Amino acid sequence: MTDRPTERIPAKGGERHAAWVRISHWIVTASVFALVFSGFEILMVHPRLYWGNAGNDLTPALLELPISRNYKHRGYDQPRPFFASSGGPVSASRTYDIFNQNGWGRSLHFLSAWLLVLPGAVYLLAGIFGGHFRSHLWPRMKELSPGLVRRELVDHLRFRIPPGRGGPRYGLLQKCAYTFVVFVAAPLMIVTGLTMSPAVTSAVPFLLRLFGGYQSARTIHFFTSVVVVLFVIAHVVMVARSGFRRQIRAMTVGE
Amino acid sequence: MKKERLITRRGAIVAGVAAVGGFVVARRFPKILPPTCGNVLRAGDSFTYGAQRALLGQSLVREYGPSDVTSFPATGTTDPGVKMKSELGEAYRRMQAGAFAEWRLSVEGSVARPRAFSLAELKQFSPRTQITRHTCEEGWTAIAQWTGVPLSAVLDAVGILPAARFVVYSAYDDWIDSIDLLDALHPQTILAYGMNGRDLPLAHGAPVRLRVERQMGYKSMKYLRRLVVTDRFEDGGEKGNIQAGWAWYTGI
Repeated sequence: MTDRPTERIPAKGGERHAAWVRISHWIVTASVFALVFSGFEILMVHPRLYWGNAGNDLTPALLELPISRNYKHRGYDQPRPFFASSGGPVSASRTYDIFNQNGWGRSLHFLSAWLLVLPGAVYLLAGIFGGHFRSHLWPRMKELSPGLVRRELVDHLRFRIPPGRGGPRYGLLQKCAYTFVVFVAAPLMIVTGLTMSPAVTSAVPFLLRLFGGYQSARTIHFFTSVVVVLFVIAHVVMVARSGFRRQIRAMTVGE
Repeated sequence: MKKERLITRRGAIVAGVAAVGGFVVARRFPKILPPTCGNVLRAGDSFTYGAQRALLGQSLVREYGPSDVTSFPATGTTDPGVKMKSELGEAYRRMQAGAFAEWRLSVEGSVARPRAFSLAELKQFSPRTQITRHTCEEGWTAIAQWTGVPLSAVLDAVGILPAARFVVYSAYDDWIDSIDLLDALHPQTILAYGMNGRDLPLAHGAPVRLRVERQMGYKSMKYLRRLVVTDRFEDGGEKGNIQAGWAWYTGI
């Protein structure tokens, strides 16, 4: 305790990242990068978010994002009502040539989703049965004392990041962040993504009830992706602060 | 220390060999693999197709109530008579002027009794009405009531041959697309001639459009002209999705 820096430097032969952790880490990194890139393109095509099952240019949006020339384009001809009663649903023909690169955007999104799901499944199984989650990721009860939590928080807020240990001996906030991403954010991304599949929801209609509809799932999918991007930014900043070269080495060759 | 690196390298080599092997199989045996396999970008779509066909079975999509019907943008082609400068546009304008009395849906290919159906003949089949959600690849959705004849009833009437595997369909705006028989024979796959209790509007594909409810909206082709039952997958060439840069299977 008196000599903190030496405490942080691992003894020779200290624990390193397991090979399967390193491999899945970089596959998931590539996948998340491609998912965020293609996901942003897909959102640019229709930058409007809704709640419920249906939502389109002729219905009110919950939120509209100014991220492409499709933002508030209003390129429609005169609306024609479907029914005699006034104020009911209408049809209108689009006259505006929208930005749309979903031809490759969607295929890249699903290709990288498979790249996330398959190693992700291996990672989950290995983590559960190999004890990685229990011994490295899950915060311990004694770590959750108010004093320690406060010290960790203050250190992070003051940007006092200890040098990395080159292995899976994680700090408390680090454990909490990883646990949240692995067990909350990633599953939520995948399940809300599947809720947008008409084939999947024909077999599992419960998903539509769970999230309150297709468009609700799409909106949750977007906000969860924002959380994941914020995590990635924080993660990279922490890696840089705690010794970039050493941490990258630890996660690639495992030294 | 060295041992661990070797394992990583070996893993990479195994993965590389498997990937190359997959491509060789995809190119040499295109018939046994899902269409569009062999293209790196579409490999995920082929995987999705295989996984969804293997895992999901033939279940119905959710049907909604009349009060759930929403506004519905008409996108893509909204009038082939104006858009198409070719003979197709001319033919469409002529039929439209005659309230589509001259319109025919030609059903041919791997069928026992090829024939052309008029709109009146299609309406003689027992109709099916369903209120479903249209899911556009762009990200928007809309709910409408569709009335039409199940595609399976029309295929029964012409008698599809045992080797048949796909239904290829083409339209007056000169697009060609196809679905496998599992989607073609799905109870909610209909040739729709009515929308929200009226004749199908011009902008939504008059006189008849397809509804493929378990895939993205663009598979539900508007302004139908012709159905061809095929034994092999055909991508439709320049008029098909794949060469235009779009996925063939869009169950997600």
